[in-house]
Amino acid sequence: MADLRTNFAGIQSPNPFWLASGPPTNTYGQVAKAFDEGWGGAVWKTIGEPIINVFSRYGSVDLGQNRMMGFNNIELISDRPIAENLKEIAEVKRNYPKHPVIASLMVESKQKAWHEMVKQTEDTGADGIELNFGCPHGMSERGMGSAVGQVPDYTCQIVEWVKEVATTPVIVKLTPNVTDITYIARAAVKGGADALSLINTINSIVGVDLTTFEPQPSVAGKSSHGGYCGPAVKPIALHLVSAVAGDASVKIPISGIGGIASWRDAAEFIALGAGTLQVCTAVMHYGFRIVEDLIDGLSNWMDERGHRTLADIRGRALPRVAKWEDLDLNYHLLAHIDQDKCIKCELCWTACEDGAHQAIRRLPRSNGGPVVEIIEEACVGCNLCAAVCPVQDCITMRQVPNDYPPVTWKQYAAGKGKLAPRSEHFHTAVWSRTSK
Amino acid sequence: MSAPETLLTDAQLAANFADIAPALTNDAALLEANKCLYCHDAPCTIACPTHIDVPAFIKKIATGNLRGSARVILEANPFGHSCARACPVEVLCEGACVLNDRDEQPIKIALLQRHATDYVLEKKLKLFAPGKRTGKRVAIVGAGPAGLACARDLRCRGHDVTVFESKPQPGGLNTFGIAEYKLKADVALAEVQDILDLGVELRTGETVDSIDPLLNEYDAVFIGVGLGGTKKLGIPGEDLAGVIDALTFIEHLKTHPYRATTVGRQVVVIGAGNTAIDAVTQAKRLGAAAATIVYRRGEADMPCYHYEYELAKRDGCGFRFNAAPQRIIGNGSAVAGIEVRTANGSETMPCDMVIVAIGQGSPALTWPKDNPRVFTGGDCANGGAEIVNAAAEGVTAARQIHERLTNG
Repeated sequence: MADLRTNFAGIQSPNPFWLASGPPTNTYGQVAKAFDEGWGGAVWKTIGEPIINVFSRYGSVDLGQNRMMGFNNIELISDRPIAENLKEIAEVKRNYPKHPVIASLMVESKQKAWHEMVKQTEDTGADGIELNFGCPHGMSERGMGSAVGQVPDYTCQIVEWVKEVATTPVIVKLTPNVTDITYIARAAVKGGADALSLINTINSIVGVDLTTFEPQPSVAGKSSHGGYCGPAVKPIALHLVSAVAGDASVKIPISGIGGIASWRDAAEFIALGAGTLQVCTAVMHYGFRIVEDLIDGLSNWMDERGHRTLADIRGRALPRVAKWEDLDLNYHLLAHIDQDKCIKCELCWTACEDGAHQAIRRLPRSNGGPVVEIIEEACVGCNLCAAVCPVQDCITMRQVPNDYPPVTWKQYAAGKGKLAPRSEHFHTAVWSRTSK
Repeated sequence: MSAPETLLTDAQLAANFADIAPALTNDAALLEANKCLYCHDAPCTIACPTHIDVPAFIKKIATGNLRGSARVILEANPFGHSCARACPVEVLCEGACVLNDRDEQPIKIALLQRHATDYVLEKKLKLFAPGKRTGKRVAIVGAGPAGLACARDLRCRGHDVTVFESKPQPGGLNTFGIAEYKLKADVALAEVQDILDLGVELRTGETVDSIDPLLNEYDAVFIGVGLGGTKKLGIPGEDLAGVIDALTFIEHLKTHPYRATTVGRQVVVIGAGNTAIDAVTQAKRLGAAAATIVYRRGEADMPCYHYEYELAKRDGCGFRFNAAPQRIIGNGSAVAGIEVRTANGSETMPCDMVIVAIGQGSPALTWPKDNPRVFTGGDCANGGAEIVNAAAEGVTAARQIHERLTNG
């Protein structure tokens, strides 16, 4: 069985799966239960001067009958007294010494306040500190959370204050609600951060009630923008993790967060450079028990692929994240339909005809044979038909070899290299007429 | 009839005649609607004689637009309510669903159609309105699905419509002939009422013996009279009390409290078409100890749909193949048995009730085939088919009549 043990910025964990700071890590009871069920570590729900929450605080986006494809919240940090939280962290550490507990912190932007908070926290035996510079709602109105994480100088300053007293690793949690996250990441590194975690939630309004016109989640008829998370945000998180992991001046570990619900998600984050994975929404949806398959699935996949440790896969996809101008223009693809697998729904045709390059021809159903075929001279290999096809491996994209060496846009624009011949602009009236 | 009253309790009878395919809950409908792939040029739509845009109405269920969904259904098929309950979807839309080719269950199109159409029926939404009055007048003979589908579309196009119906109530076989566990008369009548509310003049209790007077009075005539009565067996004993034709049996069952319809303890149904299945299953559900199909040919020759055969078997009905009825044996005026000829010679099957279901005869009314002002549809034109065929033919005729009245 693959070795899933993790050393993250000096924090030892039995596996890379941590609970992200949020509702599932609000109490001793929850975190203890999570460790009993197999979670490696937990980032405690953000501690600070206790706040008062509104009642209605979560909103959900469904996709068809799939619930909580996207999820948002207008909940603030812990509403429990600091002393109570710290007492329970100490208790967890006493009873679960092998499981890392990271304390997420958020206090007002004053050096003394941060010094005191960090010292108190480390007295509990917590394994590290995560600075919540990412919460996009509520706390940001009070000058905390993303109000700090959106300004590189503030980020750097507070990390410096924390590092003045911290003896355990300091993780800075980044907000995605910025134009370029690498600027903030570099500021955290400059301030002395030991690691980064990302992404925090994305600013959002999840919906509007069409009877009352109340944005959701509604609080007595009004709502406020909240933090968006869940499976819908994973692609955004993957991009931002890769951007930070691929930045030459950021050489500290990254804890990946954002829509992780399965071991596949986890493996993708690791491949793009994540050292640990933090999960929240999936647990809010299905409970702590999901960790069993996170571990089992990741381990089985690693065994099958011959990866022995997480270090074997970490960052493996990063060298393949390129600038667009470095992509090969002479890599030609063609869609291929396996007619034996085709169930004749014609979704590929309608998608290509109306939504792409009009490169699929319809054949009469009355023929009894195939109902769609690729117009090879019009197909630009865009992948849309394969994406909409409801049958696995029915439409595949196949490379069309040519004798031309690879050429990138950068080379081509500089007058170097030759483009292989291609059919340009086939998606004109010619095919829309013939494919009727 | 000399056969006795059912021995079942009211609760048992209610359970036996409850909807065989109960309505979907809202959650189940959403789940099912979201499974639909939304095919282009969809095989389900092609398979439907009225060509309902199935993916479109299902998509509308998924988005919570039930009114729009029902409009798509009923625009194409004025009998969308009853077809949702009584259509042989296994051989039409659901049989054509592409998911069958992915080794999955097809989308529950009939139940989704019922979900949308029930909504407008329950909310009493009026989705259609009469068109601007043209002053043209059309007579329709027969208030079954063909005639009323034609009436609906003619009213929407602004023509005046008078429907002649010999029975006291409209709906034809929709009201009187569909198995009770599929479609109840009150639903059929509510659907009809929606059409009548468009301003259709309905004259019940009027039998049209000749269309000549109608041709004088009206601009066009549509004939949708259905078929004639059940054919006779032409064997001795057919006139005994306790011998009844299937349509009369089913009509009685559908228009009276269940226990008012008498049923034998041992019932024999002669014939193996879909009406025979409706008769045998309903005799069993009404409380017959044994209900058996007697068919002169083999299992593979049965004209009924395969799933109807399966249903009858599940209901515990018996089947006697390759047995040709020779004589119904009486005991006084009552039925005591039926003599059949088999490969091994003659044999007597004891029974106390015989239901004859060997098909319907020709309609009594005749009409000229070459008069351009005469149009037809439904069973009298197609020889006997489904509600959906009748509706499709009524809709087509309405279009043709409209073209004739406006251009001709």
